[in-house]
Amino acid sequence: MIRILFTIIAGVLLGGVVHLVSVLALPRIASEDAYSRLTPITKLNAVTQLPVADPSDTLMPYLDPALAVAVCRYDLSTGPIKLSVPVSQAYTSVSFYTRNDLAYYAINDRSAGKKVIELDLMTEAQHEALPEDEDVTAADRLIIDSPSATGLIVLKALAPEPGLMAQAQASLAASSCKVQVDQPTAKQAEVPMPAPAPLQRGKR
Amino acid sequence: MLAAAVGLGLTWMTTTRGTELGTLTIGAWTARPRIGTTDIDPYSRATVTRNGELPIGTGDGIAFTARADDKKKPLDGRCDVVVSGVTPAARFWTLTLYDNKGHLVANSLQRYGFTSEEIVRSADGGFEIHIASRARAGNWLPTGGIERYLLMLRLYDTPVGVATRTKRDAPMPQIATVGCP
Repeated sequence: MIRILFTIIAGVLLGGVVHLVSVLALPRIASEDAYSRLTPITKLNAVTQLPVADPSDTLMPYLDPALAVAVCRYDLSTGPIKLSVPVSQAYTSVSFYTRNDLAYYAINDRSAGKKVIELDLMTEAQHEALPEDEDVTAADRLIIDSPSATGLIVLKALAPEPGLMAQAQASLAASSCKVQVDQPTAKQAEVPMPAPAPLQRGKR
Repeated sequence: MLAAAVGLGLTWMTTTRGTELGTLTIGAWTARPRIGTTDIDPYSRATVTRNGELPIGTGDGIAFTARADDKKKPLDGRCDVVVSGVTPAARFWTLTLYDNKGHLVANSLQRYGFTSEEIVRSADGGFEIHIASRARAGNWLPTGGIERYLLMLRLYDTPVGVATRTKRDAPMPQIATVGCP
């Protein structure tokens, strides 16, 4: 009798451990997460418009049908990303997610305070490698540190009524998301040899 | 065997039905203010990845969900439900009807929700949205007659968030079932 009781208690306790481990592991092993669902239909380091949410669409649950949505799936391994999103008439926002769908940053048109939301997205290492001089001159550009090398940028524009959806989509279509091929060329002459500095720091 | 059953069973339950962890409940509405931040709790994270959704980022807005009316009666698509009153401060809001899996419900009007801009309001700025399977005057949101549905009220560009605690900070609309066939 005691043996059976003991087995049950041990089983429940072990069950608790299994539960905790599986909850913590789920974000890493889930194969049907938003990133995986978007991978086949989006281009890397480019803006892809998503179709407007409708009942036949099972791409992702809980999409807001009042919003035009576009996605830029990014990979920072080849360099920082430059993002520019023109503000639509009603409401525009840009949200950033890691590879594991963690929302780490979001900004809307009003907090950006400009007609075009302009952002530089880079990894922390790339941010550190940025010459300080340029950091100052680029003070009006917002720099976002991505915790992971890959992830998603989600652009949203509100259509206040269904008839304005085309307009919201058009404003998102004018946005761009691309790898920064060169540091701004005009500045390069003033900043000789910026790259090796952080490397040396790292070695010590 | 028992361990695996108990453990995975618990995980399945908590990620499907959600936990009370870190929730903000005002009237019939529930939100998870931390879901759009890096402080998200592990249960919400597991739920988000399992369902394949992208939570709304905190700098963007917040989403409130209601699965039952103010009297805790589950929302039934065959009944007449009225959502009325005021919403918390926000630049825009949208109210959307989903089935239990988070998909929109097909209807001939192609009306899946309302935005704060298109809603018909009374003189004092309040509004009433009639949710029913048959056409209603004013703001009618069709249910398609499905048995269970949920409502999601999303506030965009809003001060409501992690610091919000009570109804005074965020007055949410009432939900009342006014009649069932």
